[in-house]
Amino acid sequence: MAASKFEVPELKGYTTIPLLQKGASANIKSFLANEKIQEDLGFPGELVEDWHDKAIEKMGELLGKYRGLRVFMDACVHCGACTDKCHYYLGTRDPKNMPVARQDLMRQVYRRYFTFAGKFFPKLVGARDLTREVLDDWYSYYYQCSECRRCSVYCPYGIDTAEVTMAGREILDSVGMGQKYTNEILGKVHRIGNNLGLPGPALVDTLEGLEEDIEADTGFAVKLPIDVKGAEVLLITPSADFFSEPHVESLIGYAKVFHAAGISWTLSSMSSEAGNFGMFIGNYEQMHKVALRIRQAALELGVKRIVVGECGHAWRVAYSFWNTLIGVGAGADDPFAKMLQKQLDPRYPQPAHICEVTYDLLQQGAIKMDKEANDHRIITFHDSCNVARGSNMGGIPGGQFILPREIIKSVANHFYDMAPETVFEGTFCCGGGGGLLTDDLMELRVKGAMPRMNALKSVVDTHQVNFMATICAICKAQFTKVLPYYEFEMSMVGGVHQLVSSAIRLDPNK
Amino acid sequence: MSLLTITFALLFYLATAVLIGGVAYKIYIYSSTPVPLKIPTMPAPMTTTGVVMRMGREVVLFESLFKSNKWIWIFGWMFHFGLLLVLLRHLRYFTQPVWGWVVLIQPFGRYAAFVMIAGLLGLWARRILVDRVRYISTPSDHLMLALLLGIGLSGVAMSFFSHVDIIDVKMFMLGLMMFHWQELPPEPILLVHLSLVALLMIVFPISKLLHAPGVFFSPTRNQVDDSREVRHVADWAVHFDQ
Ligand code: HEM
Ligand code: SF4
Ligand code: SF4
Repeated sequence: MAASKFEVPELKGYTTIPLLQKGASANIKSFLANEKIQEDLGFPGELVEDWHDKAIEKMGELLGKYRGLRVFMDACVHCGACTDKCHYYLGTRDPKNMPVARQDLMRQVYRRYFTFAGKFFPKLVGARDLTREVLDDWYSYYYQCSECRRCSVYCPYGIDTAEVTMAGREILDSVGMGQKYTNEILGKVHRIGNNLGLPGPALVDTLEGLEEDIEADTGFAVKLPIDVKGAEVLLITPSADFFSEPHVESLIGYAKVFHAAGISWTLSSMSSEAGNFGMFIGNYEQMHKVALRIRQAALELGVKRIVVGECGHAWRVAYSFWNTLIGVGAGADDPFAKMLQKQLDPRYPQPAHICEVTYDLLQQGAIKMDKEANDHRIITFHDSCNVARGSNMGGIPGGQFILPREIIKSVANHFYDMAPETVFEGTFCCGGGGGLLTDDLMELRVKGAMPRMNALKSVVDTHQVNFMATICAICKAQFTKVLPYYEFEMSMVGGVHQLVSSAIRLDPNK
Repeated sequence: MSLLTITFALLFYLATAVLIGGVAYKIYIYSSTPVPLKIPTMPAPMTTTGVVMRMGREVVLFESLFKSNKWIWIFGWMFHFGLLLVLLRHLRYFTQPVWGWVVLIQPFGRYAAFVMIAGLLGLWARRILVDRVRYISTPSDHLMLALLLGIGLSGVAMSFFSHVDIIDVKMFMLGLMMFHWQELPPEPILLVHLSLVALLMIVFPISKLLHAPGVFFSPTRNQVDDSREVRHVADWAVHFDQ
């Protein structure tokens, strides 16, 4: 096991609600962004002198722009139903990681400056001045939330802590306190086109190498085309798919699906990233700017369909926000969006998830599988939080749960779900989402993964599961790092299309 | 006209104005604040009818709460539905002749008060006993429960122990509504009951009781999951398209 400076929770196969331990994760703080990183995004380079007034002003602005934030600040009754729903609370025991307490960090300030009761009776309603201490708490605890939205599913009013966290990060950025990890990556997307900072030529090289590998492996010339004008499909996938393990196995899987189905497709070197970290910091402008590259690529390449690879937050942004941000979707009546919507083929959902593509092809019998190829695997499926909480697939209720599972069952013989309260809409986040996938948060990531690890342990013990499939680049990277802390093999995690890749028949005559 | 009657009459006008004006103002704020993004959470309905049904289940059955915590759900439901029956029963003080169905529910309404009180006690017990809920509780959370319990207990006291002349109370209430004031019976327990109710009405729009209108405006619960079919852009975000 990896040596660690903190205590790794012990696995019992199920998760119990711990007693709280004040300040248990107060020491966990991700690195601040330096001046350069901040200024690249148009944020102040360091904490501004009048941060107090600026922060309150920003908060007022956000309250006026986002109804969700406004209602969530008022509506909470402190019932406590969400208190045991956050994996970071369960893993760290720090009460400020209870969703309602995380919201209260902002609600206390909201009440003080924006409500009658808080202005005149602060003690009574738990209102607080925005002090430096409070600001630091915001930074710590808004970067201990993966914006997974599990709490929202369980709150009687659907209060979404992710929205509060995003607002918190947005305010922090606006006064000069940004997070190194997220903001540095945003800079890379703007400069280079993807989160990894992989330039076009390197990407082309990588893809050529992969084509050779596939051919050596299978004997078939499966292509990974890039910048092909007039292709039918533009594939937008997380850049980790290009060279991280196990991500790349899924990329090979998508390529094989397109190959076997005879669909022409292309990647884009200018727009080679599905992830949109603009969402992590709640910044509409950043999110919009990152998404615009996809619109531009689609228009330039003249594609008919836009398909998104295995990536959780990316699918949320694509499914829920792309139509709003860049007009990828349908039903627009404005020239900006219509221009693109006229080009896209209305017979397909726009954007489509790669699982929707594969599932449809399976339904039509257009691709065939040899299930036995996966017989050495006993598989379970980890629902990625941002897909599970509200990003549909297939246009049927709960499609995002059904499609990946149906695909797995069509490509493999051994599948077992984890405990019901840990999958589907109530799934536990991997512990590394929402801008927390950085080494400076390793302790939080390991502890936050505990509920998922417990559920995994249970199916490993009862069904000898040896493969946890998922459809998210962050989940894959996070589990690869975290599994060894819990004495699991890091190769246990992989993509759904990694399984497809093993089973798919490439020979059209068979 | 006694000073007492005048005081209470004015108090109730004030409380009603604050309640209605305050809640209307809040509803105006909520409805006029834009919703720039589609953020429904599962199980997200794909049609407007689906949203109406979902909202119905949330408001009547507390569906999400049921999924998350059975104890809060049972106590919360006892309290709210006890309260609802009690409030409906109170309609007899404000209508003449009393509507038929209000007469029908009188016997249930009488006992609903006990259900409501039991629910409140359960919620309060959790607030004190469960460390997580204790941690998040502010003094106002405790006071709110105390206030509602005070209303419930003083009400039960009048209806089961020290009977107050409800005809006189009704005359007072109808008089308020007709702007033709009638004397309020100077029963201490009634005065306590009415003062607490007025206080509740006044704090309603400036407290967490805003969850009642708030739930209807919560985007994670009231949005239709149709982001790929319909383009949705807030006014303040339109300029990004240029
Ligand atoms: C649309 C109508 C309403 C809905 C859907 C609703 C729903 C809820 C739910 C689900 C809870 C959380 C569970 C609980 O603690 O009971 C709650 C709490 C509460 N509700 Fe309501 N409610 C409504 C109207 C009201 C009204 C009219 C009042 C009082 C006049 C009220 C007073 C309270 C109080 C005081 C709490 C907090 C209880 C505690 O301290 O634990 N609610 N409500
Ligand atoms: S969004 Fe997820 S990480 Fe954030 S408070 Fe809620 S449950 Fe915890
Ligand atoms: S479940 Fe919702 S209303 Fe209850 S404490 Fe949590 S955020 Fe507040």
